Amino acid sequence: MAAAGAVLRQKLPGNMDICGRSGKGSPEFHVLAVDDSLVDRKVIEKLLRSLSCKVTVVESGSRALQFLGLDGEDSSVGFDALPVNLIMTDYSMPGMTGYELLKKIKGSSAFREIPVVIMSSERILARINRCLEEGAEEFLSKPVKLSDVERLTRYLLRGEADQVSEFRKRKLPKTCDLEFSFPSSPLSNDSDSSSSSRSSSPLPKRCKSV
Amino acid sequence: MDAVHLKRQLITFTEQLFREGFLDEQFNQLQQLQDENNPNFVVEVVSLFFQDTERLLDELSKALDQANLDFKKVDGHVHQLKGSSSSIGAQRVQRTCIIFRNYCNEKNVQACLKCLQVVKREFALLKSKMETLFNLEQQILAAGGPPSI
Repeated sequence: MAAAGAVLRQKLPGNMDICGRSGKGSPEFHVLAVDDSLVDRKVIEKLLRSLSCKVTVVESGSRALQFLGLDGEDSSVGFDALPVNLIMTDYSMPGMTGYELLKKIKGSSAFREIPVVIMSSERILARINRCLEEGAEEFLSKPVKLSDVERLTRYLLRGEADQVSEFRKRKLPKTCDLEFSFPSSPLSNDSDSSSSSRSSSPLPKRCKSV
Repeated sequence: MDAVHLKRQLITFTEQLFREGFLDEQFNQLQQLQDENNPNFVVEVVSLFFQDTERLLDELSKALDQANLDFKKVDGHVHQLKGSSSSIGAQRVQRTCIIFRNYCNEKNVQACLKCLQVVKREFALLKSKMETLFNLEQQILAAGGPPSI
């Protein structure tokens, strides 16, 4: 299990290292992953590390809050550890669900700007809408694939999180395909890109598609 | 047996597992994640899955043995098993869990008991096949061949 502060600089062949730009050194993208399943924790940790992300994996919402220093205890863990850039949480967990964790994070002035992604094996429209309305960036279907995480982290690393709010306001129509796809950048050449809901605001030149 | 021959055996065996539905695309994902820094990743995850499943099957047996059957509890365990099996690509186990959950919803005791037997059998089958697969990989390594496909 990842301890806070563990960094692995693993590169995948080809252009899969989303953190490496022209070999100038990787920015430390730190993901906090929350899942009550032992197997899923191991898989998500590996997925994220293979994309050169720093990973902290915890087994529950309460542990996640503890790590962030939001549990009401006078804990300095959250302040000493590297800031969290993304939180990925399972939806169905005993005790605190991913949705409840999402609400607590979005209700905190210190952490509400951190993007939160919900993962679930059950694609229930009402659940998806509820999470999006509460401020989740994305709702990923389990089993989570490398391409899902790669697309996600690549998007967030580009610093386009502020443009997500427009997308977040959309509710999924009742008749839509349950497969949730995230709008890709107009400049990206993803094969699975769906039509972008964002305006044609130009991206900064440094944001080349990988 | 030389590495080449063993390699061919491994490929054929793995293809068969996919064809028969024991494994699905998610297993490929796990294999893609394995690299020289984590050469035992697949074995580790699958072993975790075996341990976790054994625990869940035990819990299920106990839960289904109760006089006042708590279907919500049973469903909770099956949901967990469905999740973990899906995460490693154990398709047949996962599909059995889906059926199992339906019977939990219907509160059908007899059908649930039957499902438990089926999922135990599917798990035993998968475990045996994965052990064969890992064994072949070990033999290939020992024969000086490159690690898994």
